[in-house]
Amino acid sequence: MVTPTGNAQAHIEVRDLTMSYGDFVIQKNLNFTVRRGDIFIIMGGSGCGKSTLLKVMIGLKSPSAGDVCYAGEPFWAAAIARQEEMKRGFGTLFQAGALWSGMTLAENVALPLTQYTRLPAAEIRDLCAYKLALVGLAGFEDFYPSEISGGMKKRAGLARAMAMDPDILFFDEPSAGLDPISAKLLDDLILELRDSLGTTVVIVTHELASIFSIGNNSVFLDPITKTQLATGDPKELRDQSPNFEVRNFLMRGTAAAVE
Amino acid sequence: MATQENAIEATQDPTLRVERVDDGLCLAFAGEWLVQGLLPSTEELRRNLAETPKPVAIRFDTSKLGRWDSGLVTRLIDLYRDAQAHSIPFDDAGLPEGARRLIALAFAVKPREGAARKQLRTPFVQRVGESAQDAWRSSVAFVTFLGEAALSMRRFATGRAKYLKSDVLQHVEEAGANALPIVSLISVLIGMIFAFVGVTQLRAFGAGIYTANLVAVAMIREMAPIMTAIIMAGRTGAAYAAEIGTMKVNEEIDALTTLGINPMDFLVTPRMLALVLMIPALTMYASLMGIIGGGIVGLSMIDASLVQYVQQTISAVTLGSLFTGLLMSVVFGALVALAGCQQGMACGTSAMAVGQATTHAVVMGIVLIVVSASLMTIMFINLGI
Repeated sequence: MVTPTGNAQAHIEVRDLTMSYGDFVIQKNLNFTVRRGDIFIIMGGSGCGKSTLLKVMIGLKSPSAGDVCYAGEPFWAAAIARQEEMKRGFGTLFQAGALWSGMTLAENVALPLTQYTRLPAAEIRDLCAYKLALVGLAGFEDFYPSEISGGMKKRAGLARAMAMDPDILFFDEPSAGLDPISAKLLDDLILELRDSLGTTVVIVTHELASIFSIGNNSVFLDPITKTQLATGDPKELRDQSPNFEVRNFLMRGTAAAVE
Repeated sequence: MATQENAIEATQDPTLRVERVDDGLCLAFAGEWLVQGLLPSTEELRRNLAETPKPVAIRFDTSKLGRWDSGLVTRLIDLYRDAQAHSIPFDDAGLPEGARRLIALAFAVKPREGAARKQLRTPFVQRVGESAQDAWRSSVAFVTFLGEAALSMRRFATGRAKYLKSDVLQHVEEAGANALPIVSLISVLIGMIFAFVGVTQLRAFGAGIYTANLVAVAMIREMAPIMTAIIMAGRTGAAYAAEIGTMKVNEEIDALTTLGINPMDFLVTPRMLALVLMIPALTMYASLMGIIGGGIVGLSMIDASLVQYVQQTISAVTLGSLFTGLLMSVVFGALVALAGCQQGMACGTSAMAVGQATTHAVVMGIVLIVVSASLMTIMFINLGI
C-alpha cells in the first residue's frame, strides 16, 4: 500500500454537514478531512446516504446545513459562477458510467474539452485517443455506449471524468456489476492514476476487497444513528476501531461481539 | 394396469387428516404438497384449533408426505401463526428437516416496524383536493420551465450557451425532413375530406366552385397548423420527453451538470429551436398538400377546369391568412417542444417514469395546441385579420 508521504495537507474538508430530502434527514453532523493524494472511501451499509453525500460533494445536491471546503474554500457558500469554476476541477464516474448515449466514446470524452478549451480539433482527437488508451479502450473511439460492455462503459466514463485532468476524481460504486478481474483492474487503474498524476480520489463503495487494497482513508456512515461512526485508515479501523458496527462491517459480519 | 395407475395417483393427491390424539392434535400430511396442485382446505383444522377444550399441542405426522414445496410451507406458517394466536404449543419435530428450517427462516427477521404500507382509501373530497394541488404544481412547474427556457434562449442568442452545432442540425433534420411523409399523408387526406364535405353542401346552392375557397382557407388558417402541430406532438414532443427522460434515468443529465454544462442550454434549447424553425415550413407544406388533396376531390366532383380551380384558390388566399397560419404554427411548435422537454426534465428515475413523461408530454402538447388555437382564432377574428 502506497501512502503519500509528507504532503498530507487537507484537500477536502467536510464541516458539520447535514443532508436531507425535505424533512427526512439522511445524515447529520458529518466532519472529516480528505488529504491531498488520498484514496478516500465513503462506506456504510445500503441506504445510509453514501451516494447522497457524493452528490453534495460534487455540487449536484445542496446540503441543508454545513459546507464542503475545497483547499480551504467553502463550496456551497460560493457564488454560482465560482462553483462552476470549482466544479471544473472535479471528475466524476457515475455508477453506470452515465455516458451520453447519443455520442461515440470519443465524442463523450471530447465534449468537456471542446466546451472548456480552445484546442484545435486534431489535438482534441489525439487527447481523446490518449485518454481512452489510458483506460484500455484504444481503438474504441467510434463505438457508441450501447455497443460496449458494462465494464467498458465504466472505463470510458473514467476516461471522460479524466478529460479535464481534474484535481479530484469521484467514483460512485466503481466495482458494482463488474466481475472480480475487471474490478481489480479498475482498482489498479485508480491507484496508478493517483500515483502518476497525484489526483485525490473519493470513492463510494462497500466492496471490502477494494476498500482494503486501495483505500488509505475513509469515513463510515451509519444508517441508524444517521451520522458518521468513524473516520481513518480502513485497515486500522478494522483492527482497532472501538466501534463494533465499524469492525463488524469491515470484517464482513464476523467481528466478535465482545468489547 | 389402469387401476394401478389410478391408485398411484390417488396416493399422490395431497391430503390432510386431523386427529385428536390424547389432548393434542395430530396432523397427518400425505401425498404431494406442491403449489401447482389443488391443496386441501385447512378450514376443519382452524375449527379444531378454536374448539374447546383447547388442544394442548400440535404434532405432525409426515411419514406419507411425498414431494413438497412452498405450498406446504405457507400452510404451515399460517398454522404456526394461528397456533401462536391460540397459544398452543407447536411441536415441529414431525416435520421434514427442510420445512422446519424454512419456517425458522421466515420468522428469523421481524417485519420492520411501519414498513408495511397501509392501504387506506382516501375520501373522495381529499382525492379531488390532491389532484387540484397536483394540477396547480404542474402548472407552476411548466411556467418555471418556460422562464428557464427563456433565459437559456437569451444565453443562446448572446453566444454564452454551451451546445453542439451538430446536435441542432440533427434535431432540425429529425423534426423537419423526417416528418414529411406523415405530414403529407395526413394533410392530403384532410384536404380531401374537407373538399368532399364542401362539395356535397355547396353544390346544393350551385356554388360548388367555392369548395376551392373552403379548402384553401381552412387548410391555411387552421387545419394545417393544428394538424401539423398535433403530428409533431405525437412524433417529436414524445421523442423529446423520452430522450431527455432516459438521459435522466441514466444519470446523463447529472454528468452534464457536473461538467458545468447547463442541460437547458445543451438539451432543451437546440430541440426547441429545431422545432420552432421547422414547424412553419412543415405547415406551409401541409397547406399545399391539403389544397392538392382537396383539388383532386373537387375537380373530380364539380364541373370546373383546373385553371378555374387554381384561380379560385389563389383568390381565396390572402396574406393575412398565411400570416395567421404561420404565427399559430410557431406558437404551437414552441408549446410542443416545451411540453416535451419539460416532461423529460421532470422525469423520475425509473422506466415507468419515462413512459409517464412521454404520455404527459403528448397529452399536454395536444391540450396546449387546441386551447391556444381557440384563443388565437378569437383574437385574429376580433383583429379582423
